[in-house]
Amino acid sequence: MSEFTYLFRGRQTTGSPEERQKHLERWIAWFKDLNAQGYIKEPGHPLEGTGKVVDGKQKIVKDGPYAEAKDVVGGYIVVEAKDLAQAVEISKGCPILEVGGSVEVRPIQVLNT
Amino acid sequence: MDEREHLFRREYGRMVAVLTRVFGVHNLPLVEDVVQEAFCRAVDVWRFRGMPENPAAWLMTTAKHCALDALRRERTARVFAPEFGRLLQSEWTLAPTVENLFGPAAIKDDLLRMMFSCCDPRLPRTSQVALVLHILCGFSVDEVAGAFVSGHEAIEKRISRAKKALAKSKTLFNVTVAADFSARVPAVRDALYLLFNEGYHGASPEAAVRTELCREAMRLTALLLEHPFGATPTTYALAALMSLNAARLSTRIDASGNLNTLFDQDRSRWDQQLIEEGLKLLELSASGVELSSYHVEAAIASIHALAARTEDTDWKSIVSLYETLAAIAPSPIIALNRAIAIGQSEGAQRGLDEIHAIRDRNRLSSYPFYWAALGELELKCGRHQDAGQHFTAALQSARNPAERRFLEERVAVCRPPSTVSPGF
Repeated sequence: MSEFTYLFRGRQTTGSPEERQKHLERWIAWFKDLNAQGYIKEPGHPLEGTGKVVDGKQKIVKDGPYAEAKDVVGGYIVVEAKDLAQAVEISKGCPILEVGGSVEVRPIQVLNT
Repeated sequence: MDEREHLFRREYGRMVAVLTRVFGVHNLPLVEDVVQEAFCRAVDVWRFRGMPENPAAWLMTTAKHCALDALRRERTARVFAPEFGRLLQSEWTLAPTVENLFGPAAIKDDLLRMMFSCCDPRLPRTSQVALVLHILCGFSVDEVAGAFVSGHEAIEKRISRAKKALAKSKTLFNVTVAADFSARVPAVRDALYLLFNEGYHGASPEAAVRTELCREAMRLTALLLEHPFGATPTTYALAALMSLNAARLSTRIDASGNLNTLFDQDRSRWDQQLIEEGLKLLELSASGVELSSYHVEAAIASIHALAARTEDTDWKSIVSLYETLAAIAPSPIIALNRAIAIGQSEGAQRGLDEIHAIRDRNRLSSYPFYWAALGELELKCGRHQDAGQHFTAALQSARNPAERRFLEERVAVCRPPSTVSPGF
């Protein structure tokens, strides 16, 4: 088994209250399902939309992230899967994809000690 | 569970109401942005953690923070609600003022203010109802269009016109002056009644949508009853009428969207709790001197609710209640309902005679249940062919698949049994 980080980008910003609640409910259901199947290694964290970016040798502090809403990472989790192919397959159920967002699947490097 | 169902929709109305008070009616677009932002923040966190213990309070607190952000960000660029003057401008008074405005009692009043503002008699009634659904019940333009079985563009135009009128009114309706309240409350009740009926008799083919509309109308009526000026006999009568009819709603249209008339409904499935509540409300409505059409309609609904079988119904009382109703607000539909009741108590032929005697019955020609009533009575008289023609006419004005299915079945019942060719 290997570990993978899912980085979630984008968020639903429009839609009626009912549609937004339905979207949330799909997220919660997806999460529950992942958990029940033992894929979730760490439930991760949601990230605030605001923050600072510290940049370069000069350590310039900027307000950020100044990316497009669809590119901002809104949170992450760590899953456990057989291989990258399976981790990708699992991520396809993520409701963020239905609202134009994305899931970045990144294998966590294992350090040999 | 039930409390969390439609949580966003319900909280949308509450957040919009309080934020409109803070920002002023002219800033409605900013209000809507702030509410969307509060939803975004909630979803960002809840999708990972599930809903918190008290999601409604969480949302409202988030809305308050978002409002403070917006007030600080925009205070040089915008004028907010004039009634708070400089209180929202100075950092000294900003937070405590907003804190007060987000108190539970304040929010309840804000909902009423918004409801009364939406029901501005200068707006056409259908626009009032569309605005109530959009602003207070959190229905999107498409969802309102779905409820009214109307096009997106027509509803969008109607809502945006109504919003403009609201923005021009400068300030929300003041519900603290008894005389103003009493002057506006009949329009509010009529809008709620229309909203309920849209759910109960309306054209939407989806049972779920219709249940929702009825439920929203009942929720807003209950809110009206919680206000001392709103808790009048007539409002109680309206609430009674809604409860008593809503008790039959799930048997009227079943899960697959099929329509059942009062005569074929499974009465054991009527919601007894709603019936009891309705009867209690009806009792509370019986004081004072005003006899509103709601009183009479609630009384009719109570007679149906109390009859264990169709044949136990006290049709004579129903006939006389329809006569009272016709005296208050004459309409061909009421006359038709009276005729149907006469058909029940005095025989089908008498019912037909009464229908034929309705003076302005040509106004009913596009109402499918006018033709259906004629069909049922002819059928009872044994005139299958005439009945079939009436049901066919009804079918032509059917407004949704459920009505169509129902009427097709009635047409089929009227067909003579197929002649089997003798098999020599």
